[in-house]
Amino acid sequence: MRIFSNVPKFDFMRQRKVGLAVSALLTTASILLVIFRGLNFGIDFTGGVLVEVQFPQSVQLEKVREDLGKGGYEHGIVQYFGGSSTVLIRLPPNQETSANLSTKVLAAVGAGAEGVQMRRVEFVGPQVGEELSEKGSIAMIVAFGLIAAFIAFRFEWKFAIGAIAALVHDAVMVLGFLSLTWVEFDLTTLAAILALIGYSNNETIVIFDRVRENLIRTRKATVFEVVNLSVNQTLLRSIITHVTTLLVCVALFTLGGSTVHSFSVSMIVGVIVATYSSIYVSTGLAVALGVKRDDLLPPEERDELIKAEKIAKQENDGAVV
Amino acid sequence: MHQYPFWKPVTLIVVTLLGLLYALPNVYGEDPAVQISTSSGDPVPADFGDRIAKVLEAEKIEDRGSRLEGTQWVVRFASPEVQLHAVDAIKRDLEGQGYVSALNLASKTPKWLSALGGKPMALGLDLRGGVHFLLQVAVEDVKKAAVERLINDVPKFLRDKDLRYSGRRKAGEAIVIEFADADRLEKARTAIAREYRELTVSTPPDATVPSLAVSLSEVEAKRLIDDAVQKNLITLRNRVNQFGVAEPIVQRQGADRIVVQLPGVQDPTRVKELLGATATLEYRAVDENADAASAAASGVIPAGDELFYQRGSHRPYLLKRETIASGAELTSATPTIDHESGTPAVSVKLDGNGAKKMLDFTSKNVGKLMAVVYKETEIKTTYNTRGEAIRERRDVQEVISAATVRGVFGAQFQTTGLSSREARDLADLLKAGALVAPIEIIEERTIGPSLGADNIRRGMSAALLGLGLVMVFMVVYYRVFGLFAIAALTVNLLLLTAVLSLFQATLTMPGIAGIVLHMGIAVDANVLIYERIREELRAGLKPLQAIDAGYDRAFLTIADANVTVLIGTLILFFLGAGALKGFAITLAIGIVTSQFTAIVGSRTLAHWVFGKRQNLKDLPIW
Repeated sequence: MRIFSNVPKFDFMRQRKVGLAVSALLTTASILLVIFRGLNFGIDFTGGVLVEVQFPQSVQLEKVREDLGKGGYEHGIVQYFGGSSTVLIRLPPNQETSANLSTKVLAAVGAGAEGVQMRRVEFVGPQVGEELSEKGSIAMIVAFGLIAAFIAFRFEWKFAIGAIAALVHDAVMVLGFLSLTWVEFDLTTLAAILALIGYSNNETIVIFDRVRENLIRTRKATVFEVVNLSVNQTLLRSIITHVTTLLVCVALFTLGGSTVHSFSVSMIVGVIVATYSSIYVSTGLAVALGVKRDDLLPPEERDELIKAEKIAKQENDGAVV
Repeated sequence: MHQYPFWKPVTLIVVTLLGLLYALPNVYGEDPAVQISTSSGDPVPADFGDRIAKVLEAEKIEDRGSRLEGTQWVVRFASPEVQLHAVDAIKRDLEGQGYVSALNLASKTPKWLSALGGKPMALGLDLRGGVHFLLQVAVEDVKKAAVERLINDVPKFLRDKDLRYSGRRKAGEAIVIEFADADRLEKARTAIAREYRELTVSTPPDATVPSLAVSLSEVEAKRLIDDAVQKNLITLRNRVNQFGVAEPIVQRQGADRIVVQLPGVQDPTRVKELLGATATLEYRAVDENADAASAAASGVIPAGDELFYQRGSHRPYLLKRETIASGAELTSATPTIDHESGTPAVSVKLDGNGAKKMLDFTSKNVGKLMAVVYKETEIKTTYNTRGEAIRERRDVQEVISAATVRGVFGAQFQTTGLSSREARDLADLLKAGALVAPIEIIEERTIGPSLGADNIRRGMSAALLGLGLVMVFMVVYYRVFGLFAIAALTVNLLLLTAVLSLFQATLTMPGIAGIVLHMGIAVDANVLIYERIREELRAGLKPLQAIDAGYDRAFLTIADANVTVLIGTLILFFLGAGALKGFAITLAIGIVTSQFTAIVGSRTLAHWVFGKRQNLKDLPIW
């Protein structure tokens, strides 16, 4: 099966300014959303208690809230979880930091009674949540730093900046989406974002690799043309990879159950965003920063090029005399 | 096409066969089993099988194999009902003899495969159900108590040495002692430095009168914290062992935290009670005028005495009611070698209060027996005739050491005449019974068994659907080469399973998500190569050259791309939170194995199918 009979000839780079502007706008909107609306942090980060209880038949949330209220936990957030017989109860962190809280909550809603089943209890002390938020932020920053260093080492610093911009862009967009839709941000969401950083960068590298190869092969074309050609050459491969990744993420989303819900949602959004950012943000920015042919030649070749230029210059000089 | 190197297909076949071998244990399933180990960690005795056989025979229970596995004895049964029946019978028979019997699921992996190191994958708590606790040891309390002790001990020591001081006060984590003149101060400084090596003596900067600041040295503070965590680890291990869980995990995390994981346990309340229990110990005089054995037999206990049994040997002892020193007064207990006899011993240090009482006692009782009683509140679960669990709090009080007082001593003494193992155990128990730093549960995760089973089912179906979708897509799009990619992906999943099983990396729900995600990303290598081959064909290359060019040029790109994904996953791994580790491990292993299968694997297939057909016009890749 083929989608294009030949290498497509889209002029991606001509619209790079429009692309960058749209990205800047969406990124700003996402940042504002995250700042003003915030994220729906799960108890992994906020601390607190989460109890999942399964009843033998459908229950009214009102009834569960009433029972909780009788037990002294009227502040609990009660919601259905994947069906009307399974209920998720969340309690914010409070004075009673002891893990006994979960026991009491279970008793209040009648767990242990005929057919009422405890499915899951999670208690996270506030100090653990705080540490995790801290560690999570550090992990993101270290990941950005290491990937930037790797790209600067394998390619060149302008590309590294472009790649990192794309990564930040993707991560921020996913956060913005999570904030907008109020999907819970838990540990697996953090995992999804870190995996996405690697994945999105994968895209960028494939394009950069091709840019480097074409720069070395076609010495006559301008950088602009070479980048356009490279994006077009790798376009199909990008589309297909995104399709296969999206397929598995959709499989996870539909059948994986609620535990991996926020994970698969973040991945799906991230993969879609990455398609575009690898072309416009990373490559577009590298071009905007003024990537030159010399920047990407391997050191030996660059030396040879400089030598050749020197010889040419000397010959020219000689001609003047 | 180039001469294809001979080693590549050979490696591929060998690796695939190895993968198949080590992934195999996962298909056998599990038997309900009872696993019996000694609470000391020693291997069970050689004739243990006969004993178990007799117990089961008496109850008319049929087993499905009974054998030694490692240091434990494992008996398998046909159904969970038989397993429950059997564990009751075995527990009754072994009651109080230092054995731990636990329910477990034993893999049906055949013997020859286990002998080769084949094991099924280890499932995380979120897949098999169980409880996870993260405990924080209150090390600040330990430090505070140590400083409190200093404020009593050091001035008392100075008084005993007739070194007069004019005042003492607490200043933060140090105590400040004031003196009338510099001469006294200097004498006191030397005396303290000689007697208390673990303390730091300095001059407080804001002193108006000659004074000394005495505080715990950094080394000592660290030792105190280590000790406190260690003590808790020992008591927790002891208690968890008594709980009867197969494969419990009790380990230190970071400087002052402890992780407890009990797979298969469904009632966190029970565990919380257990973790909350406290242990202490008492030094007491042995009443040698009465016969402990006859008191134990008749139940008549002399006035002022109490009857105890020795841990392990069950030898009865009559001890005086008065306590000489208690666990709270014990500052350290370490296994050592006795200088005089050269045999293993335990060196014990008491604080000022304890030392004074010990000195009083020993100065009057040289040649008499002194015993250490270890007391612990334990929650014990027994089963009634209907199989319902009955919980009771029970105080465990055991004599852990009884030895003759050889001389007069106070703050420091040794217990000798032990084997090196006994010395280590005694030191551990003494530590455990000494003032244990309070622990607080700072994280709890309990997964009910139904959720665990659901997670496995959901994870599996998501994985199968994902795999199916990717396969269909690849074949529709790349035809024969799509089949190569599918073969490579299948081998890749096989290798991933084998590596996870072989290294016993824990598979969690995020881990399954990692595997599913990986299937989508792994075919990327093939997509890259195939698109390249198509391009080369378009550019007019002959089919076989196009294959070579596609593989050669894509290799570096794939490696570069994989390194960046690896960076992300490694960081996730070091971030450390349990569930994330599982995700990071599966993704990381998958990336490494896919680099091999996608490139070497699919290329070998392409070579086998097309390598001999030199006059091929086109490739079935469109």
